[in-house]
Amino acid sequence: MRGAVTRFAARDPGPVARIAGFMGHLRANGFRLGIAEAETALAALATTDTSEPATRRALKSVCCGSAEDWARFDAVFDSYWRNGGRVRTKAVPSNSTPTKATREAEGTAAGGGDKADAPDSIGDGEADTGGEGRLIATRVANLRRRDLREVVSADDIRLAETVARRIGAALRDRRSRRAKAAAKGAKIDLRRTLRASLSTGGEPFRLKKRRRPDRPVRIAALVDVSGSMQPYARPFLAFLAGLMRADPAADAYLFHTRLVRVTEALRDEDPFRALNRITLLADGFGGGSRIGAALHHFATTHARAHVDGRSVVMILSDGYDSAPGSEIGAALDRLSKRGCRILWLNPLKGWRDYAPVAAGMAAALPHLDLFAPAATLDDLAALETELATL
Amino acid sequence: MTAETVQSGLATQGYVASSDLAMALHLALALGRPLLLEGAAGVGKTEVARALAAWKGCDLIRLQCYEGLDAAQAIYEWNYPRQLLAIRAEGGATDEARLFSETYLLERPLLRAIRQPVAPVLLIDEIDRADEEFEAYLLEILSDFAITIPELGTLRATTRPMVILTANGTRDLSDALRRRCLYAHVDYPDTATELHILTTRHPGLNAHLAAQIVGFVQSLRKEELEKKPGIAEMLDFAAALAGLGVADLSANPAILQAALATLLKTQSDRATITTEVAQRLAGKAA
Repeated sequence: MRGAVTRFAARDPGPVARIAGFMGHLRANGFRLGIAEAETALAALATTDTSEPATRRALKSVCCGSAEDWARFDAVFDSYWRNGGRVRTKAVPSNSTPTKATREAEGTAAGGGDKADAPDSIGDGEADTGGEGRLIATRVANLRRRDLREVVSADDIRLAETVARRIGAALRDRRSRRAKAAAKGAKIDLRRTLRASLSTGGEPFRLKKRRRPDRPVRIAALVDVSGSMQPYARPFLAFLAGLMRADPAADAYLFHTRLVRVTEALRDEDPFRALNRITLLADGFGGGSRIGAALHHFATTHARAHVDGRSVVMILSDGYDSAPGSEIGAALDRLSKRGCRILWLNPLKGWRDYAPVAAGMAAALPHLDLFAPAATLDDLAALETELATL
Repeated sequence: MTAETVQSGLATQGYVASSDLAMALHLALALGRPLLLEGAAGVGKTEVARALAAWKGCDLIRLQCYEGLDAAQAIYEWNYPRQLLAIRAEGGATDEARLFSETYLLERPLLRAIRQPVAPVLLIDEIDRADEEFEAYLLEILSDFAITIPELGTLRATTRPMVILTANGTRDLSDALRRRCLYAHVDYPDTATELHILTTRHPGLNAHLAAQIVGFVQSLRKEELEKKPGIAEMLDFAAALAGLGVADLSANPAILQAALATLLKTQSDRATITTEVAQRLAGKAA
């Protein structure tokens, strides 16, 4: 239920400041807005009446930039304008609670200061000693949702970024066989050179070139975050975050019992806020897994828009599915018809005597272009050469 | 002018706009900003531009984007064959400045849109199909409303067109473009709205059948389909049923199954919606 309209303090400088405050609030919640949007918002409000629905719709139209923003705008709007006066403390609950917890713990936690100022120290604290800031954050956080920031540190992400960059480069460097006219290139374009020589009386002064253009490969990474994958969540999530930062065309998904697209959330320039946002999305993290259903959902929705013959779909999962394995096979079959290449990286494959006996894994094998072990970031890095020959 | 004016104005053209969309259009008109519409195929994104142009009584200039669209197709091009003919006809002694004059300039949609005496509606359809290079070029035009032709100089806009961009997620758009635009997400309409759309477009349809059609299509969208039927498909379906003289949806299974051709456009969707499923949905809708 919505609360009353926020009562602002008497010394509040007026509507302009409130709108600026609202813009800050949106930014803190991961909306990508600049100063220009604030101006537009004011101009927009000047053209509408001051009733609540009109204001809401006007600001929604100005401040949103994607379907994801559109879906969560109303909650963020309510938390600022209808929360009874306090700004930001009652933002979308699970999104900002960990931040608040860290702030309150400032006195006790080692380096638990403002996340924007000192991401490194927070990361170190969590990775090495597990300082008090983390404990408090855990206690405050909704138990059903595990805070992914405990799982991944800033160092991990930085390391993963280099790995992801290299893997991305190994996959992406696919050159077309067809040559195209280009300003610089290895070969001379005879036809265009002769054509150009007409203007210089038949003397080929200006040499035109051809080259084989790069055809970039798009990577879509699907990471299993179900309970059985928890020990590997750390390298894989870091890898996902790194991949998003290294490759602007890549796509990221998490799945357990359902699949969510986290590309937009992970692109957040602040790596911690990015993890925060996927915590919000990955409701049910560490629970059961329905790989077949998740892959089927991917194949029938997101894949239609984002996967084509120049894509690589990378699945990071152990293949333990609570549903019959045939579902996985059918979903992958459907996916492979889009012409993409499918890699399955399984952390268990590195074990001695491992055989893909899990029904899901066995059903998946015929559809895979590469089935490889990967349990740590080092394993992922070692894949570089194999991927290059794919 | 308010959002309500826009809403009722579009309604006179037979377009039922949601309040969110009406507000976005109102702001786009009032602030002179481009409007980016996103949503699944068939929810009436393109139709908004048509209705808006008809309501405003101005031209609709449409640029359909596709992979490989370039400046020559979108902005302007010199009419080379005509230039060559002119050179031949005058025996080579042609004034070069005259060859690169307006006479030999082919206006493409973007250039045409900024040189109209009355501000038109410029619809840039499926911008996500165009290449990223083109998107960057488009940004420049959308911010300055000026086009530079090296031989002629900079052409400034005589009037600012009202720009509507549509996208349905073939690829992600750049942040720069999103930030330049106002935004509205268009969804499949709810039952009441869809019924309103149907009765607006087919006023002659009997009320019972109209309610059945909308109920049927709404529940069809909840099924697992590859391609969910849009509003245009729903209208086709209604027209088909009216043309076949059907008065009740569940009366004749064979006719209903045949009429599904207007709603389901892939082989696997046809296979999913068997006669039994269709009858169950029709029974629920009744």
